[in-house]
Amino acid sequence: MTVKDIAERLELTLKCGEDGVGREVSGGYVGDLLSLVMGKAQSGNAWVTIQTNINIVAVASLTDAAMIILAEGLSPDPNAAKRADMEGIPVYSSEKTAFELVCELKDLV
Amino acid sequence: MSEPLMKLHYTVDGTDFTVAGEASGAVKKVLKQLGISADVIRKVAIAMYECEINMVIHARGGVIDVEISPDKIRMIHKDVGPGIPDVEKAMTEGFSTASQQVRELGFGAGMGLPNMKKYTDEMNIDTELGVGTTVDMTVYIK
Ligand SMILES: Nc1ncnc2c1ncn2[C@@H]1O[C@H](COP(=O)(O)OP(=O)(O)O)[C@@H](O)[C@H]1O
Ligand SMILES: [Mg+2]
Repeated sequence: MTVKDIAERLELTLKCGEDGVGREVSGGYVGDLLSLVMGKAQSGNAWVTIQTNINIVAVASLTDAAMIILAEGLSPDPNAAKRADMEGIPVYSSEKTAFELVCELKDLV
Repeated sequence: MSEPLMKLHYTVDGTDFTVAGEASGAVKKVLKQLGISADVIRKVAIAMYECEINMVIHARGGVIDVEISPDKIRMIHKDVGPGIPDVEKAMTEGFSTASQQVRELGFGAGMGLPNMKKYTDEMNIDTELGVGTTVDMTVYIK
């Protein structure tokens, strides 16, 4: 399933990084401590977090994650959004909790 | 010993937390262009990023030298920060002296140095209180 497909199924709102929405997603990771995410997230993952600062884009880029999903209605900081556009890493927002998002993701990735 | 194929040099701004990751991002791109395997790139990028972040949050920035050879990639991170009083303790998972402000940004989990150790084949920390710290890491290209 592609990033775009998942966004539709989970009713996510695209915030930035549109260039990357065609990518295939495989597996996922949930976490807000960036060092843990860096150690655990795998290439192609959907990453669910509540962090919104620019470092999430660096972490997603280094781990080669396919998409970032911000839970709890959060939006990326403006400089994070700018960087995500530059790197083509889609960042989505959802009103749902991380738990709800993961429950829905489970059967898709 | 043969000369490295390529040498790269970066300055890490110690005042701007938001630009950390520029050096590791740039090196990642170079390694990709050289056709280095994704597995090796991941290791180098994660180790470098953790080290860059440490230079910013613990040591007011510094310089990074990267040497790319046919069989390995060496990354030397040098700062003139406060130094590390107890390296063994600092290497422990979960140990961190990071401020609350840094923690709120998602860092300060105390996993940086353990991650660097995990993702590199050689790692050496040379540190002196009040003088600075040099973290020298190598990843083999197998
Ligand atoms: N370059 C450095 N200069 C001074 N102290 C450092 C440096 N790198 C690491 N440290 C010390 O080692 C501790 C552990 O580092 P690390 O494992 O990366 O965890 P964290 O960065 O999350 O605190 C830091 O909290 C800090 O006290
Ligand atoms: Mg650290």
